[in-house]
Amino acid sequence: MTAVPISATAPKPKGGFKITPSVMIWPAMLYLILTTQVPFFMTIYYSFFRYNLVEPDRRPFIGFSNYVGLLTDSDNLKVLLNSMILTAGTLILTLILGGGLALLLNRSFPGRGFVRSVLMSSFLIMPLVTAVVFKNMLLNPVFGFFSWLVKSLGGTPIDFLSAYPMATIIGMVTWEWTPFAMLILLTGLQSLPDDQIEAARLDGASPLQEFRYVVLPHWTQALEVVVLLETINVLQVFGEIYASTSGGPGVATTNLPYFIYQKAFAEYNIGVASAAGVITVVLTNILAIFLLRMISKNVSPGGH
Amino acid sequence: MTTLPSQRAVTVAPKKKGGPSTSGILLTALTYLLAFLFFFPLLWMALAAFKTEAQAFAVPPVFTFTPITENFQNALPAYGVALRNSLIAAIGSTVLAFILGLPAAFALAVYPTKRSKGVLTWMLSTKFMPAVGVIVPLYLLFRDLGLLDTWWGLIIMYTTMNLPLVVWMMHSYMTEIPPAIYEAAKVDGANVAKEFFGIALPLSLPGISATALLAIIFAWNEVFFALNLTSTDAAPLSVFISTFKTSRGLFWAQMSAAAVLTVLPVLIFGWVAQRQLVRGLSFGAVK
Repeated sequence: MTAVPISATAPKPKGGFKITPSVMIWPAMLYLILTTQVPFFMTIYYSFFRYNLVEPDRRPFIGFSNYVGLLTDSDNLKVLLNSMILTAGTLILTLILGGGLALLLNRSFPGRGFVRSVLMSSFLIMPLVTAVVFKNMLLNPVFGFFSWLVKSLGGTPIDFLSAYPMATIIGMVTWEWTPFAMLILLTGLQSLPDDQIEAARLDGASPLQEFRYVVLPHWTQALEVVVLLETINVLQVFGEIYASTSGGPGVATTNLPYFIYQKAFAEYNIGVASAAGVITVVLTNILAIFLLRMISKNVSPGGH
Repeated sequence: MTTLPSQRAVTVAPKKKGGPSTSGILLTALTYLLAFLFFFPLLWMALAAFKTEAQAFAVPPVFTFTPITENFQNALPAYGVALRNSLIAAIGSTVLAFILGLPAAFALAVYPTKRSKGVLTWMLSTKFMPAVGVIVPLYLLFRDLGLLDTWWGLIIMYTTMNLPLVVWMMHSYMTEIPPAIYEAAKVDGANVAKEFFGIALPLSLPGISATALLAIIFAWNEVFFALNLTSTDAAPLSVFISTFKTSRGLFWAQMSAAAVLTVLPVLIFGWVAQRQLVRGLSFGAVK
C-alpha cells in the first residue's frame, strides 16, 4: 500500500515551486492510482492464497486453485451466467423501451418537459429504495399492489420474487435504467437536422424507411454510448439484489458483485472473493474494450 | 450546445394547420400513459407515506384516505443521523473530487500534449474497475487504518468514484472557453495559476455546478461501499433504507416516509440539472 512507484517520476519543481500544467494533473492521477490500481493489484495477490479472515495467520499460497474452483463449480458458473443474463436482458429491454420513449418525446406536445421529468425519475432513485419498495409494497404475494392487480384481473396472485426471480430483477433494473437510455437517445434524436428528414420525405420515404435510413444511422453514436455505459453499470448491480432476493432462491439471482460480497463479508473468504473480483474486472474490461473499439470508430472521446 | 432538449422539437410530419392530427393526440395520450405507469411505483410509495400502517398494507389497496404526517415524524430521528452522514459523504467527496479534478481538467484542456488523450482515457477506464475488484484490500486496509465506519472512509471511496466524472465533465466545459481569452491574458502577463483561477474557474462555473449536482447524486445513491465500509456511526441513507429490507408489512408507511425523504432531494436535483444531465451521464460523448 505504501509503494507508489509512479511518484518517483513526478516532475520536480524547477527553480522553486511553480505551477505547471503537468503538476496539475498529478494529484488526480496519483489519487486514482492509489485507490484503484494499487488495491486491484492487491486483489490479484490475495487471489493466489487460501486466505480466510477467520484464520488470518494461516495463509498458504495455492496458485490458481481459487480460480479453478470458481470456474469448475457449476453453481459458480451459474453466477457468471446470471451476470450475463441480467446485463443482456436489461440492455435489450431498456434499448427498446428507452428508444420508444425517446421517439415519443421527440415531438412537440403540451407538457413535454414535465412528462420527460416524470419519465426520468426512476433513474434518480436510490437502488435500495427501488428494491425495498418493489419487494414489500408492489410484489408482496399477499399485500402487494401488483398481486392485487393480477387477482382483480382474474389471475392467481404470484410471488414474483420466488416464482420468476431473475425476470423480476431484470424488470426492476430495467425500470431504473430505461430513463438513461431514453435521455441519451432523445438527445441523439434532437441533434438530427430537420432538413435530413425533410429530404427523405421529399424523396418519398415511408416512415419505416425514414427510421431505417435516416434516424438509425444518426442514432448510432448515442446507441453505442448507452450500450457501453449501461453494460458496465448493470454488470455492477448490487443494491437491488441485496435488498430484494439476497441472491436467491438458491443462486438464481446471485450475480458477480453479490457473490463476492457473500464470499468476503459473510464467509470471510478473502482468497475466493479476490479471485472472483479479478474475474469480474477482467470480464468488464474485455467487454469495455470490445465495446469501446466498436464505438471509437465514430466517436472521439472528449468535449468537442 | 447546452440547449434544453425540449426547446428543440423536430417537427415530425408537417401537420395540417388548425390543430394536431388524431394520431398526434393518440401518441401524446400514449406518452402520458407510459409516464404515469413508470412513475406509479414512486407515486404509490409517496401515497403510503401519508397513510396509517393499516391502510398502507390493506387489501384491496386504499386509494382515498385522510393524509397523516406521523410517519415522517416517526422516521425523523433515525433519518436525521443518516441524512447528516449522507450529506457529509456526498458533499465532502464532491469537494475533494473538485480539488483534485479541476486542475487536471484545466491542464488537459488548455495545455494538451500528445499524452493528454491517453491520460483522459485512462481516467475513464478506472470507471471500468468494478467496486468488487478493489473492495477486499480496501476493506482490510480501512480496518487496519481505523477508517471503517468513518466519514473519511466513504469520502475517500466516493471521491474515487466521482473523480473521473469531474475531470471529463470539466475538461469538456473548459475546452469550450475560447483560446483568445487565454491569449489576451498571457499578453497581460498572466501565469498558469492566474489563467486557472482568473479565467478557467470563473468561466466554467455553470459546468461546475452541473457536475457537482451529478457527483452529489451519485454519492448519495451509492450502496456497495456504504454497506461494506460503514455500519452505524457513519452509515448514510442507503444503509438506513436497507434496514427496511425485511419489513413484513408492519412498517410500510414509515418505510415509505423514510424513502420519500431519501429520494426527494435527488429527484429535485435531477430535475433541476436535467439540462446537463445527459452530458454528464455520457461523459460528454452525447451533448
